[in-house]
Amino acid sequence: MTSTTTVSETPGAKPAAPRAAKTPGGGLGRYILIRALLIIPTVFILVTLVFVLMRTTGDPITAALGGRLTADQLQERIAAAGYDRPLIVQYLEYLGQIATGNFGTTISDNRPVVEVLVTYGGATLELAFYSLIVAFLIGIPFGLVAAYFRDKGQDAVLRVFAILCYATPVFFAGMILKLIFSVWLKVLPVAGRASTGAELQMQFLPNPTGLYTIDAIRTGNPAVLADVLAHAVLPSIALGLLTAGVFLRLVRTNVIGTLSTDYVDAARSRGVGEYRLVRTHAYRPALIPIITVIGLQIALLLGGAVLTETTFEWKGLGFMLAEYLQARDFVAVQGIVALLAVIVALTNFVVDILAALIDPRVRY
Amino acid sequence: MTDAIATRPPKRLLRDRLPVVHQLRQSVGLQRGMLVAGLILTGLFIFTAIFAPLLAPYGFNQLRDIDGPFGSQQPPSSAHPFGTTVGGYDVLSRTIWGTQTALLVIIAAVVLSIFAGVFLGLVSGYFGGWLDRVLVVICDAIYAFPSLLLAIVMAIVISGGQSSLWGGVLAAAISISVVYIPQYFRVIRAETVRIKAEAYVESAKVLGASNSRIMVRHVLRNATRTLPLIFTLNSSEAILTLAGLGFLGFGIEPTAAAEWGYDLNKALADVSSGIWWTALYPGLAIVLTVLGITLVGESLNDLADPRLRGRRRVAKASGAVAETSVVPGGTLIAGPGGLDGLEDGESFEEHGIEVKS
Amino acid sequence: MSALVRIEGLGVSFATDAGPVKAVDDVTLSVERGEVLAIVGESGSGKTVTAKTILGLLPSTATTSGAVILSNKAGTSETDVVSLSKKELRAIRGTDVAMVFQEPSTALNPVFPVGWQIIEGLQAHSKISRKEARRKAIDILGRVGIPDPEVRVDHYPHQFSGGQKQRVVIAMALVLEPGLIVADEPTTALDVTVQAEILDLLRRCRDEFGMGIVLITHNMGVVADLADRVAVMYQGNVVEQADVKTLFASPQADYTKALLAAVPYVGHGTVTAEARAANRPADWLEQAPVVEARGLQIEYPGRFGRPPFRAVDGVDFVIRPGEVLGLVGESGSGKTTIGRAIAGLTRVTGGSLQVLGHEMNGIRERRFRPSRSRIGFVFQDPASSFNPLLTIAECVAEPLVIHGRAADASDARQRVNELLEAVQLPSAYGDRFPHELSGGQRQRASLARAIALEPELLIADEPTSALDVSVQARVLELFAELQRGFGFASLFISHDLAVVDILADRIAVMYRGHLVEGGTGAEVLGAPVDPYTKRLLASLPVPDPVAQAERRAELRRIREAG
Repeated sequence: MTSTTTVSETPGAKPAAPRAAKTPGGGLGRYILIRALLIIPTVFILVTLVFVLMRTTGDPITAALGGRLTADQLQERIAAAGYDRPLIVQYLEYLGQIATGNFGTTISDNRPVVEVLVTYGGATLELAFYSLIVAFLIGIPFGLVAAYFRDKGQDAVLRVFAILCYATPVFFAGMILKLIFSVWLKVLPVAGRASTGAELQMQFLPNPTGLYTIDAIRTGNPAVLADVLAHAVLPSIALGLLTAGVFLRLVRTNVIGTLSTDYVDAARSRGVGEYRLVRTHAYRPALIPIITVIGLQIALLLGGAVLTETTFEWKGLGFMLAEYLQARDFVAVQGIVALLAVIVALTNFVVDILAALIDPRVRY
Repeated sequence: MTDAIATRPPKRLLRDRLPVVHQLRQSVGLQRGMLVAGLILTGLFIFTAIFAPLLAPYGFNQLRDIDGPFGSQQPPSSAHPFGTTVGGYDVLSRTIWGTQTALLVIIAAVVLSIFAGVFLGLVSGYFGGWLDRVLVVICDAIYAFPSLLLAIVMAIVISGGQSSLWGGVLAAAISISVVYIPQYFRVIRAETVRIKAEAYVESAKVLGASNSRIMVRHVLRNATRTLPLIFTLNSSEAILTLAGLGFLGFGIEPTAAAEWGYDLNKALADVSSGIWWTALYPGLAIVLTVLGITLVGESLNDLADPRLRGRRRVAKASGAVAETSVVPGGTLIAGPGGLDGLEDGESFEEHGIEVKS
Repeated sequence: MSALVRIEGLGVSFATDAGPVKAVDDVTLSVERGEVLAIVGESGSGKTVTAKTILGLLPSTATTSGAVILSNKAGTSETDVVSLSKKELRAIRGTDVAMVFQEPSTALNPVFPVGWQIIEGLQAHSKISRKEARRKAIDILGRVGIPDPEVRVDHYPHQFSGGQKQRVVIAMALVLEPGLIVADEPTTALDVTVQAEILDLLRRCRDEFGMGIVLITHNMGVVADLADRVAVMYQGNVVEQADVKTLFASPQADYTKALLAAVPYVGHGTVTAEARAANRPADWLEQAPVVEARGLQIEYPGRFGRPPFRAVDGVDFVIRPGEVLGLVGESGSGKTTIGRAIAGLTRVTGGSLQVLGHEMNGIRERRFRPSRSRIGFVFQDPASSFNPLLTIAECVAEPLVIHGRAADASDARQRVNELLEAVQLPSAYGDRFPHELSGGQRQRASLARAIALEPELLIADEPTSALDVSVQARVLELFAELQRGFGFASLFISHDLAVVDILADRIAVMYRGHLVEGGTGAEVLGAPVDPYTKRLLASLPVPDPVAQAERRAELRRIREAG
């Protein structure tokens, strides 16, 4: 999956495999260490890629302010920001900055990118959390149901549903949800993370966390919490459905795969019921590949978050990214994208470790 | 399959070798239904793209006809069955013209990424070594990264954001293909590594065949058999990425071509005031196109994997008795399609392409 | 008391891509209490399908007719499995009839401890407390011979060896004390020394637990060792049923006779080997050997800094011109590695390996390539040894084209036809694709490809282990004939002593990377010196129930001696 699987060059090496698996002590600790070391090249590659792509085409000052300033003024700003130095020097400086957690300063509103992250990251985290809940609640049970009723009517309906989830762009799903629930039925708010009144109340809290759900609970006012949750419903569903479709499909295929293994037949021959076969014997082993692939879906989720946040004016990182894109502020874009690369690499690391924890063959 | 061998001429019939036709004949029941539905939707999409000039009542950038301007945000009427957009374009026409843009992007993106991906995957998987390791790490890194963000960065690099039809199409296609090269790379590399360990490749090595001969004659042709499958899945991803780019304002200018994502971006504000027609139709066009292509892809995936393939039920105890050892293990346990197929098919990594946008 | 199970007029059909296929046709069988009924047959004979029907385990593509009347252990009730509902099936599975699977490593769920899996079966049938179930699980593990069952009960399947896994699988089958156990090729995936232990355990199931056993197997030695009664199946029909001694002593059906005649019998090859040795020229021993290994050592690199795995350690042997060396060993003994090293597929990491005058330790592919025309190789798996997209003629022509003896496949066709005839395949088969040939036919085509350049050395890596016994007999015969005709030297690798014995001039026995014994067939098989060779030889069941009973006693003596 994400692994750097270097399949043993020699298929004749079969005898080596069982030995290696039984080597005591190597196990999990070693795996975590190796997996952790792999984060470094991943982040390095992505950060370099972003830098190379964005900077070979020109300097960000011209892109952002070109046309609005005279040539001399531009030159002055470029020199001041150090963009007239050789690229390699800038690159090394950029790497050094990233290593110390400095992702640059935006041009359009002159804020450190890290500050943008701290201010808006919470909103994206909240959205991702809720939509993951939606995705798990829909994807996993229905995936099991589809596997259980494989090739029957229920399965066909669920599969088409899953494909529809995936085929519908999140922004279109969001717009339709808005149209139905906010404009026509008027039961849920159109956009934003909270109404102005609720936001005001939360601002008076000491050290607001930026996670509105937590802040709303801290105000102790149920109305504020209800308001915050009502705002979260539609964006979470829009983004959650996209991932739910993928999860459903994943669970279904992998469970069907394990359902046809010998050990499921063996359990069946001991008199274990069909439901339990699916729920326990097929699901648990299937979970290992499922979790690893779900880790890769973090990327899908983040990409979707950009679109969802734009659709619902949900002021998170994705919304800000879109804003900076409109403003042609490529320092900000570069910073946010590089930062997201770090987040993706870290999440994949955690997910791989989780998958390893479930697999008893790695645990020992 | 086996008992007929003794009597039938050995060459397989053409209709059994054509990729999609063969699968269509092979499929039964619901799987056939899904495949047929997918083929119809996809066919409709291609048909519309080709005949867009005849089907669309107006041009994609037409704002007025002899009766004057169309007007902005007009509800559906006989002159404009799908209404008009905030910019005063005819929604029906732009939806129809949009198929053309989508098709062009798919073709360009897939052609660009398929060659690079297959070549790199083949070389990397076959030779292994440090080059392989480096490529795997790079491709894994790109693969794990949100493809939409990468496409945005690419779009900035290529066109600074917006451009003409061909510029826009190419920019979108290149952005998308950069994202998908790692996917082709991964699939082809995995296949190559698997095939490399097969006895027939080792046999060629023992016989003293050169590396280039082994790669072309034995590995390449066998490794690319899953390509139609990846092709369909990536086409749908290409459409979604294009729409995402358009929605964020990195699409093609409305005067250059019709693009659904751009139209949806412009329709975002309409929705809040209850104007539904500007969003619904381009959105449905995306959904139906992706749905059609994905249905085809999923069905091909199922049919390629004996464990997922459905079969007709037989009447009580009918059929000829299986011939002993025509195939090792006899008809019943010779995969694909026999009992063994149910028990140990290939792993899902080979065919199961993770869906990712 | 009535029989444990009566199968009456059973017919089973499957839906396949090529339409319905009938796997079992009008089979009638019965198993009494405390009896081992062996169902013998080659692949595709319908034996496994018959067995699975007893538990109602057929996939949904199957359609069944006839009746399978199963009675419980006490003999108080009878049910027709074919007509049961899913729920009723569940009730009888495990309690009335249990199953032992062929491949123990896939029959255990890798993510649950073995004890958990045993307890699950107990709880599926009775309201039993977790503690009580655990006690029973520990008890049954101990009784099937798992040491320290109190500790092992919490271990995961991957922590057990292959033989132990099969014991666990048998424990699972025994724990609910069913009247009948269906064992589907229970020892096929195991090494021969482990096989003997599992057969002993199954015998105890019958003798101590008083169970009936349906033993599905293709191995006549296993039948002779364990069965009380035998049913021979061919093409979905039972062609003969008899008491085990009667069947081996005086088989009635033609198919049974042919089957028994095809089974290799260890010790029968000694005569031919002696005759060949007598015919060798006087200066034969002075001729330069084709292959010579001195202190050969082969290591596979360990991953992620783990120590490398030494597959072959300090092995010496020679293969002289025209001589067949049989290399025998169990899985993981390093025998295949040696074959691959000679062919230049695996790197030699220590010692010396001379092949056709080249030192393989540190050789470059470029230098070795011209000599490759002098080496042939036959692979184990006939299913994957041909490129599925090329015709047989194109595949067989490959060596000719590669070494410039022909411009392309059509140019080589004349020679290809001769080669196909040499391996007794009609030349028209050249136009077929590999999947259109049977396993035996493919293995013969594989031989044709290997001898296309008339090599001086032929490496055959378990060429018959994937084949049915009757097909194996024909391929072995062909091999011997080709060897006589072309006079190539050969390394013949096999796990089966009896097979090696048929062909080899000399036999070398590998054990855990070491060569423990070498010599002529008469020496190694007649008077083995090494304790492992002795055990290996004694573990090999012979297809003769009377002789096998004696050998069993001999094996017990060896085991007790240490």
